[in-house]
Amino acid sequence: MSVSHLRSFAILASLLASFANAKAEEPVLNVYNWSDYVAKDTLERFTKETGIKVKYDVYDSNEVLDTKLMTGKSGYDLVFPSATPFFAQQVKAGAYLKLDKKKLPNAVGLDKMVMANLTRSDPGNEYGLPYMMAATGIGYNVEKVKSLLPDSPIGSWKMLFQPAVLEKLKSCGVSLLDTPTEVIPAMLAYQKRNPVSENPEDLDAAVAELISLRKYYKYIHSSKYINDLANGEICVALGYAGDLVQARARGKEGKKKQEIAIFIPKEGAEVNIDVMAIPKDAKHPENAHRFIDFLLRPDVIADITNETGYANAVLASSKFIAPEIKSDPVIYPPAESQAKLFTMPVASKDYERSRARAWTKFRTAKK
Amino acid sequence: MKQRIASRIVLGLPLIWLLLFVLLPVLILAMVSLSESQVGIPPYKPLLNWSEAGQAALAASLNSYVQLAEDGMLAQSLQESLTLAGLTTLICLVVGWPMAWAIARARRERRGPLLLLIMLPFWTSFLVRIYAWMTILGDDGILNNFLIWLGLIDQPWAIMNTDKAILIGMVYAYLPFMVLPLFAVLERIDQSLLEASADLGAGPARTFLSVLLPLSMPGILAGSALVFVPALGEYVIPEMMGGGGSAMMGKMLWDVFALTRDWPAAAALAMALLAAVAVPLVFLQRARHRLAGRDS
Repeated sequence: MSVSHLRSFAILASLLASFANAKAEEPVLNVYNWSDYVAKDTLERFTKETGIKVKYDVYDSNEVLDTKLMTGKSGYDLVFPSATPFFAQQVKAGAYLKLDKKKLPNAVGLDKMVMANLTRSDPGNEYGLPYMMAATGIGYNVEKVKSLLPDSPIGSWKMLFQPAVLEKLKSCGVSLLDTPTEVIPAMLAYQKRNPVSENPEDLDAAVAELISLRKYYKYIHSSKYINDLANGEICVALGYAGDLVQARARGKEGKKKQEIAIFIPKEGAEVNIDVMAIPKDAKHPENAHRFIDFLLRPDVIADITNETGYANAVLASSKFIAPEIKSDPVIYPPAESQAKLFTMPVASKDYERSRARAWTKFRTAKK
Repeated sequence: MKQRIASRIVLGLPLIWLLLFVLLPVLILAMVSLSESQVGIPPYKPLLNWSEAGQAALAASLNSYVQLAEDGMLAQSLQESLTLAGLTTLICLVVGWPMAWAIARARRERRGPLLLLIMLPFWTSFLVRIYAWMTILGDDGILNNFLIWLGLIDQPWAIMNTDKAILIGMVYAYLPFMVLPLFAVLERIDQSLLEASADLGAGPARTFLSVLLPLSMPGILAGSALVFVPALGEYVIPEMMGGGGSAMMGKMLWDVFALTRDWPAAAALAMALLAAVAVPLVFLQRARHRLAGRDS
């Protein structure tokens, strides 16, 4: 073969290759994720391995993501909604693409229990895989609580709902999350009722007791407590375990050091699972599959857990997880408290509406 | 002729702007509020259904409005929004009038720098300024530590996360909108009118009530409108500085929209609030027109 033949062959080959490429996706991936939810080098590693550039946007509430998905054309290839009620509702609305399990070999390593739990939102696990999970717990300022109430009921929801306790702790500041799907089940667990009940009587009983306690709560907000707990502005807060872990770390760094401790109430607490899912109109579903599979690699997801303080569902990641995180009962609850954890079912439209109205009534009740 | 076409174009542009960015969104809102919610994208059913024969059937429902009336949220929200916005406007007026008067009476070369001081906060992000207030008013904040240091109090004074904090934040944020229009009016008041009033035997109080106050009325109305209207819709300050008990319109809308993801219900609440707010504004506008008519 002469040189010129060789050259024309090369041109032909590259032409063919470019035809093949025209069918493949451009190496771009648009990700929409919660803020502070990957390790520092996660995206960089993925780009280095695959050549796919990741455009990474963040949000701080499920509602923002939901609105973008529900208006259609979100422009994202991969999103991370919470399993209930958001992901469940979005699956019903037809917002997601069916995952191609053949392209996700690492998915076999996922915890079967978590997968079974997810079928409540997504029957058959067709549209989403678990990313990170965290229980809802109580964070408190060790010194302040000790000085105000030496024999406080640490480990129980009483810290947040018993009038005698609140009477004492009120002066140093108690806060709740601004969402009925966290506070009402917690109150129901405290009342020894079924925390995931959809019985209107249970709802009434929970909200009536909450309203009677309204005067004790300094504020109701879903993110302010992280800083306030860390700098001593409040002393007891209902919060997401991951956020509370952050508050604990920041409390150690501050000028006036605050020792924050966290527990998951023994009466049972809620667990939130965040899911990886591909919007139906994603432009780069192929790349999204590759990124999901990358995130499900034990060493990759272990790094994320180590950095963010959220537990993951990849069983084999355990050997890469730092011992102090693995043994932290807040991040990885021990078996006996795990049995008491629950996830929220998808509520009926009517129940959701009465719960929302009851919540507004409680929130705005006069102190 | 040519001039007339040109002037029509110039006058038409704002009209197009209003149609596009005010009327159209309100119409969309009204449309959503009359439709029924569904599980799907978008999360509400279409208002018009086309049959195969090409006939349109209207599927409007007043369901969302009926529910709204049953819930009692509308009255609660209106009451709190109007009270808080009204109180903010009143305090801004009481604080802003003397400020504007002082600047208007200052020596000419000092007025520029003084006005600049009023506007200076706008050069920093609004959110950053609200965060600054949070560190000032907190239990372990600058104000409480100062008062404790002075020995005036021994326990922190709880301001942050209460309605007091919301009011402080709102007055702070909206005060410039009151001072600037008042200054513009007060600056033009002829000094000789005050002298005439004094010559005729009126004391400072009488001069203020029968000369200055009526003459500054256009500024008071303009400033009040500039403060009252945005204060009604304020979302960020109650959310950041309050105790989570706010029933202001913005927060109420958030509750309906986010907790149930029921777009028609949220749209109905928004429409009702809009209607309720539009009425007092029309009155305010009329009062301004009457004043303008009397002057000319």
